[in-house]
Amino acid sequence: MKKSVFLGTLAAAGLMAGFASAGTLDDVQARDALKCGVSTGLAGFAAPDANGRWEGFDVAVCRAVAAAVLGDPEKVEFVPLTSKVRFTALASGEVDMLSRVTTWTFSRDVDLKFTFTGVNYYDGQGFMVRKDLGVASATELDGATVCITTGTTTELNLADYFRSNGMEYEPVPIETNAEAQQQYLSGACDVFTTDSSALAATRATFENPGEHMVLPEIISKEPLGPLVRQGDDQWADIVRWTLNAMITAEELGVTSANLDEMAAGSDNPEINRLLGTEGTLGEMLGLDNDWAKRIIASVGNYGEAFEANIGESTPIGLSRGLNALWKQGGLQYSPPFR
Amino acid sequence: MSGQSYIRTEMLPEQPAPLGETGIPHWLRENMFSNWLNGIVSVVAMAFVAYVLYLFLPWAIQGTWGYGSRTECLEAVGGDAACWGVIRDRFNQLMFGFYPYAEQWRPMLAFVLMLVAVAPILFDKLPRKMLMFSALYPFIGAWLLWGGTIWTPLMVLAGFFIGYIVFRIAEGLLGDLVGIILAILATVIWWLFLVGPVIGFLGGTEATADAAATPGLLPWGIESVKSSDFGGLMLSLTIGTSGIVLSFPLGIILALGRQSDMFLVKTFSVIYIEFIRGVPLITLLFVAHVLLNYFLPPGTSFDLILRVVIMVTMFAAAYMAEIIRGGLAALPTGQYEAADALGLDYWKSMRLIIMPQALKISIPGIVGTFIGLFKDTTLVSIIGLMDPVGLTNAIRGTTDWNGIVWELYLFIAVMFWIFTFSMSRYSMYLERKLQTGH
Repeated sequence: MKKSVFLGTLAAAGLMAGFASAGTLDDVQARDALKCGVSTGLAGFAAPDANGRWEGFDVAVCRAVAAAVLGDPEKVEFVPLTSKVRFTALASGEVDMLSRVTTWTFSRDVDLKFTFTGVNYYDGQGFMVRKDLGVASATELDGATVCITTGTTTELNLADYFRSNGMEYEPVPIETNAEAQQQYLSGACDVFTTDSSALAATRATFENPGEHMVLPEIISKEPLGPLVRQGDDQWADIVRWTLNAMITAEELGVTSANLDEMAAGSDNPEINRLLGTEGTLGEMLGLDNDWAKRIIASVGNYGEAFEANIGESTPIGLSRGLNALWKQGGLQYSPPFR
Repeated sequence: MSGQSYIRTEMLPEQPAPLGETGIPHWLRENMFSNWLNGIVSVVAMAFVAYVLYLFLPWAIQGTWGYGSRTECLEAVGGDAACWGVIRDRFNQLMFGFYPYAEQWRPMLAFVLMLVAVAPILFDKLPRKMLMFSALYPFIGAWLLWGGTIWTPLMVLAGFFIGYIVFRIAEGLLGDLVGIILAILATVIWWLFLVGPVIGFLGGTEATADAAATPGLLPWGIESVKSSDFGGLMLSLTIGTSGIVLSFPLGIILALGRQSDMFLVKTFSVIYIEFIRGVPLITLLFVAHVLLNYFLPPGTSFDLILRVVIMVTMFAAAYMAEIIRGGLAALPTGQYEAADALGLDYWKSMRLIIMPQALKISIPGIVGTFIGLFKDTTLVSIIGLMDPVGLTNAIRGTTDWNGIVWELYLFIAVMFWIFTFSMSRYSMYLERKLQTGH
């Protein structure tokens, strides 16, 4: 059945083999589409709606990059990736960037040869238990069965945490978050552990959220952010500064609502540089000077994207917490646009 | 004569059968309560079925088809009823994945045409000329699903034509064997090196990093759809049918290869079969998704669905080969000797005498493998393809339907059941039809 496609691809493969890969930016512009690796479905971060349009906080980063590079936030080919195949998909060039709740760690950055381009969500690993278990602290979890997603940092953190506290546990390895949810509800495990943002989102969907509690301990740092392959600094810069533009826009009070007004020129030179009415920051990136304007017009600034997808007004209901701007006591801090 | 009063002169009227020998009571007694052990098992089984239905039916029937999110649905029906609204809301996605809405007539048409193409293979009463269409269907089906220029299927088909012409010319000049070799060479060279440029010339090319798009000479075609947009039941059917169609002939060849007297052919077949059977399908799928990308030059995009189809086919072919080998082994040696005695060469004896019998014996096993293969297509969700099972994850990933489980899985189970049950019934029909014993 597939012979035609097979031979066509084979022929194409033969033709393409000769050319070395040009820069990712050139590839993306030639293809006129950004290939962005996302979760196969994680509430608030990435999921397709009934019309097949992807939405979520991670998806917003992909759309922002597409808006900056291609001028259209819809020119994204979303590639759903499970946690097992995400890194190989990025390394082999199947996707141009990964925006898939991926924790920035030393070994991923250095050993796996990726470049993390910032942090779009500061998370930490927590535990959820049934209230009738009578546990008030994670230190009382000795001997518990724990539902855990395989191939993630949470798996390693869990082992570290239990070992350093001299406790034992029985892991129930699970492939996806939704499956873990079901296993936990059906009583296959006493504890469900994952990033606390996902725990909150999961708990919100339970029929009786009051019967479950998230334990106070946060056992790890989970800075989640977009990443690209190492070795293409221009592309890494574009993704990095796309995220920074969103954060800076919030800091400077530029929103998708007042964008036109701000872009007309303002007294604040940094706003002018960001929106391209002053200086040539966009051209330095290999783009045009309206790049950041397009980002904010399409997905809004960081705060807007947060509120629209995972904020307190959504069913996920996450508070800004660590993800507030540095001026408001959080960690989101962008280097200056200068 | 009338004095012989002990002879009855009129017929007795027909009596109804005794109560215990007819109707429902008889059936019950024969089938469910023929002895005390049978009786106990029947009661326990019926109680179990009743209990499951008692739990399931109110939940399913009281469920609602309305509402656009689980929260709304739960508020309306309480926790104890199904929210079938998710099926209504996402039906299109569960069927076609992300296939563009305006183009969805194409997979539907491809499906209907597939039934037409398969019909003459399944039922020999239909006119044999329909087999022509069956042979062309793979090209029609692939073109309908993926779209693009009409020249792709035509030019690939042309490869067979070229092979045939080369064979006819070379056969006359150089003999059979050289003719076959040259024909295969010509076809392969055409497919590997010439098809791409010719299609590009006729149908136009898309822009790449190094070249702009060129308009084709005759750019006839339909909108092309990317593999990444495939999903839902359509993806399962695409992978399943391709796998079934391709693995069957491959399995026959491998089975014959394993029985062959030629050392190399036999060794290769044995190694292939034993290797593939020793590796889980999941591993092969990971190889398809992950490793192949490393082996291929960077920047090549070797279609993921195609990679998966190849792996699934390779996997199923190994099992198929062993099942058919079982059929071959079950034939008495007399059949082989009779074929030889008739003076048939190897291929003729296989085609006319051995295979029809061996395949008939293997029908249950073959159909079992087909059904298994079709169900195994759901494993692709593990490498991130959006088959129905993969979509359940994506659907639960939206805030609307987060936490919904049973409704989706039940729906998928019913969809798969329809296909697998049809296959199973067909195999029983075929076995009855081919029954030649007494």
